[in-house]
Amino acid sequence: MHLVLERRTEQSRTIALVSPLIAIGLTLVTMSILVAILGTNPISALGVYFIDPLTDGYSLQEIAVKATPLVMIAIGLSLCYLANAWNIGAEGQFLIGAVAGSWLAVKTHGTDAGPWVLPAMLLLGAAGGALYSLIPAICKVRFAASEILTSLMLVYVADLVLDYLVRGPWRDPAGFNFPTTAAFDPVATVPVLIEAGRLHLGAVIALVVVAAGMVLLGKTIKGFEIRVVGAAPRAARFGGFNSNQLVLLTFAISGALAGLAGIIEVAGPVGNLRPGISPGYGFTAIIVAFLGRLNPVGILIAGLFLALTFIGGEQAQIAMKIPLDVTKVFQGILLFYVLACDSLILYRFRLIFASPKVSRGAA
Amino acid sequence: MGLLEAISLAVLAASTPLLIAATGELVAERAGVLNLGVEGMMIVGAACGFGGAWLTGSTMIGALCGIAAGTLLSLIFAMMTLGLAVNQVATGLALTILGVGLSGLIGARFVGERIATAPHLHIPGLTDIPLVGRILFGEDAFVYFSLALVVGVWWFLYRTRAGLVLRAVGDNHASAHALGHPVLRIRLFAVMFGGACAGLAGAYLPLAYTPFFIPGMTAGRGWIALALVVFASWRPVRLVIGAYLFGAVTILQLHAQGWGVGIPSQFMSALPYLATIIVLVLISRARTGGSTTPAALGTVFVPDR
Repeated sequence: MHLVLERRTEQSRTIALVSPLIAIGLTLVTMSILVAILGTNPISALGVYFIDPLTDGYSLQEIAVKATPLVMIAIGLSLCYLANAWNIGAEGQFLIGAVAGSWLAVKTHGTDAGPWVLPAMLLLGAAGGALYSLIPAICKVRFAASEILTSLMLVYVADLVLDYLVRGPWRDPAGFNFPTTAAFDPVATVPVLIEAGRLHLGAVIALVVVAAGMVLLGKTIKGFEIRVVGAAPRAARFGGFNSNQLVLLTFAISGALAGLAGIIEVAGPVGNLRPGISPGYGFTAIIVAFLGRLNPVGILIAGLFLALTFIGGEQAQIAMKIPLDVTKVFQGILLFYVLACDSLILYRFRLIFASPKVSRGAA
Repeated sequence: MGLLEAISLAVLAASTPLLIAATGELVAERAGVLNLGVEGMMIVGAACGFGGAWLTGSTMIGALCGIAAGTLLSLIFAMMTLGLAVNQVATGLALTILGVGLSGLIGARFVGERIATAPHLHIPGLTDIPLVGRILFGEDAFVYFSLALVVGVWWFLYRTRAGLVLRAVGDNHASAHALGHPVLRIRLFAVMFGGACAGLAGAYLPLAYTPFFIPGMTAGRGWIALALVVFASWRPVRLVIGAYLFGAVTILQLHAQGWGVGIPSQFMSALPYLATIIVLVLISRARTGGSTTPAALGTVFVPDR
């Protein structure tokens, strides 16, 4: 008996819509088994993970807060992946964006700077992320160096840059030697949407990014070029599309969005620059992009779902002593299932019970 | 022990995991499979390797646990990319994300524990030769094994028929398939070999490099190993040069921090990563003519029946 893949002549739309759901279902089954092995009742664990956060207002806000960076980064990454450019260093671009924007917050700290500070910080954050992402993009276009490896290496570098700044020149002199900058001034802080709540303006910006992604991919020629270059590189060449330029463009956009997400995170929920500002948003966003099938609306839904796993994971750790690493395992397994189910869209699986030798002879 | 000798020993120790992991990945890539999950397989290898050694007190069993863990993870990768024809880049990333989580889960109870480091060879007389004695005759078994591994892989790839077939599969899977070679089966073995090596390389860290387990202790070594394969132009012998060069950069920056050079430690720590980028750029640029990249690297193969 063996498995045979047959290429579908027409891609199935139903399966394209259902496949992420199948993947989530399979992941839940797998995780239930894992949680049971760890000695916890899987039903109650799933309840704490996926139902409890949806039942109180604070957690709902927190999901939106966590989904904000995930969605923004994933929209940018989806453009890269559609164009077959493998930016996996969004985590680093997120950190550098946070650093670039924080520079202004640190410089204007304690001065009577006006309300222009925050918009300028957001611009700086986006610019910082974009420039940082252009390093691997230029290395790829100009020198044919693998963007996968260079962008990933830059994550470690970004981490060290941030670490240096908050322990060195930017450390808050009144901060009891903790490696953080001073708390950002009110003019350098992203405003919250609800009085005394956690939901902040970043969520609105994330929605705007989703809408912009839909327009770019659905309504513009650039969006069309991005999709063609990835799906049919030969056709793109005949069409005269400049694939190098598209690599630079998609990298720059995704870097800018990751950087923007970074500065929004530190100027919003975190409140100052410090190590550990990201629980791996840049990597989780890769999963969000694929779970959302590289589609802006899909990414929005997927971002909310993965944000739920972060919150659920924290609550499960507090309530049931389930280690936080279970969330990472969950996310990894989810990506596996998503990719496997995506294969269903391209291929029809068929189990053959006869000897493979026979069919090969016939062909 | 002189400073030079100490540095040389440290360089060898820092290079060995890179060399082992990169050798395994080289074989997989020569068969046309790009497995970006090296980091994930290494970190799980580290957790399982430490666990095995801590529970049994045997370095050997620890190493075998690491190998088994790496191989198991590589089987998941093989099932996805070979069985279901999933994109190799994305699957490799998934493997690394999963590996980081799994290692935290497995290793949680080992954090803070210590084990005895792997014993070093000692040949009376030879090991005591000043300067070179300890470097040549006083290493742990992993160091010698890693060099034997490279020689073995070189011999296999260039001196055996099976190695020739493996390279053919990596260069043109359609032709190899037409000639009747079982492309997917050969790739499966190559991927498993890569996984075993990555697991062993990960296990080396807590077994021989530092005698304890820390979450995330591979610190990007799996990615550097991937870069080394490119640096070596997919040739095993060049891998040795590359691995020792990178080991040297790692150790020298550590020593430079110790000497109190007036550069912030974070910038020194960033050196291995920056060096990787620079090397990738230089090597990739130099290789515009006569490429040695396996032609089918990273492409999906679905046999037409």
